[in-house]
Amino acid sequence: MKFAIQVNEGPYNHQASVSALNFVRAAVDAGHEIFRVFFYHDGVNNGTRYTTPPQDDINIVKAWSELAEKHNMDLVVCVAAAQRRGIVDEGEQERNGKDGNNIAAGFRISGLGQLIEAGIQSDRLVVFGD
Amino acid sequence: MSDIKKFMYVNRTAPYGTIYAWESLEVVLIGAAFEQDVACAFIDDGVYQLVKGQNTTELGIKNFSPTYSALGDYDVNKIYVEKESLEARGLTIDDLMDLKYEDEDDDWAEKDSIHVVSAAELADILEQQEVVFSF
Amino acid sequence: MSTLHTVNKSPFDRNSLETCLRLAGKGNAVLLLEDGVYGAMKGSNASSMVEKAMSDVSIYALGADMKARGVDESKIIDGIKVIDYKGFVELAAENDKVNAWL
Repeated sequence: MKFAIQVNEGPYNHQASVSALNFVRAAVDAGHEIFRVFFYHDGVNNGTRYTTPPQDDINIVKAWSELAEKHNMDLVVCVAAAQRRGIVDEGEQERNGKDGNNIAAGFRISGLGQLIEAGIQSDRLVVFGD
Repeated sequence: MSDIKKFMYVNRTAPYGTIYAWESLEVVLIGAAFEQDVACAFIDDGVYQLVKGQNTTELGIKNFSPTYSALGDYDVNKIYVEKESLEARGLTIDDLMDLKYEDEDDDWAEKDSIHVVSAAELADILEQQEVVFSF
Repeated sequence: MSTLHTVNKSPFDRNSLETCLRLAGKGNAVLLLEDGVYGAMKGSNASSMVEKAMSDVSIYALGADMKARGVDESKIIDGIKVIDYKGFVELAAENDKVNAWL
C-alpha cells in the first residue's frame, strides 16, 4: 500500500509530528511504501535544522531527517506555509533576499501541488494535526 | 493514465482565530488545477467561514472571504454545509454568502454551490469520498 | 466503502469525537489516539455517547497513547479494542480511506 502523510503541526507543540513519525515507522516495518510526507500549516516547522531540544528529550527534526535518509523518503515542506513561517532553503533564500537558510536535511520545499499529487497517487492519505 | 478521485476537503474551524480556514482554501484552489472530483464540507465552526459580511479592516488582517466566491470559477461547486451545525449556531442559509457557479452542462445556467445537508445526508456523502483532507 | 475515522482530542476539549460519531457511517471504524484516548474511558460524561455509538461503529484506542496518559485498559469501555501502531497501519490499509477529525 502507498501511504501519503500530511502533518499539520510543528514539533513539540502538538503530538501530531510524533504520531506521524510512529505511524510512518510502523508502515515501513509492515512493508508499505510512504509516497510522501507533506508538512503544512505549522507542520513546516518540522523542517528547520536549528532546533536544539534538551539532551534528555527526543529530537523530532533529526528523527525525520534520519527516516528520510534511511528510506529515501520524500519529505516536502509547503512553500507558501514555509514562507509565512520562515523555513528557508537555498533557493528561497536567494529568491526572497534572506541572509540565511535553515532547512533540515532530508526536507525539500515545494508547492501545494505535491500534496494534491500525493492524494491522487497514493492509496491512503493519513492526516495528523491539532 | 489519470484516475479521477473523489476529493473531500473538510472544514471545521472558524475563520481568523486560526489559519486553518485560509490555508485549507489555498489547498482547494491549487487542487482545482488537478481536475479531481472535488467537494467541500463545512461542519461545526467551519460553517462560520461562509458567513457573509466579514470585514477585517479594524482588525488589520487580510479578509479572505471574497475568495469563496471564486470557487465556482474553479469548478468547486459541491459545497456541503451541515444543517445541524448551522442550527446549533443559530444560523440559516440566509446568513451565508451566496456562492454560485455556472453549470456548463446546463447552458451555463447559474446555480447555487452551497447545499445545506443533514448529518445523515452528509454521512452518506462522506462515505462516497476517496480522499479526505483535514486541516 | 468503509472509513477509518481518527479522533485525537479529548471529548471535553473539542467536539471532534461527537461530530465524528454523528457523521461516521454504519460499520465504520473509529480510532481514538493522542488525547482522544480519554474518550475511551468509562464513567465519564462522554461514556454513554461512545457506548451508544458502538452499536454502529467499531471503536479502537491506541495503546501507546493510553499508557502515556496512565489510562489502564481496565478503565476503558468494554468492547473498545486496544491496538498498537502496527494495528493502526492495518486499520488504515483495510479500510478504504482515513478521515481525521482534528
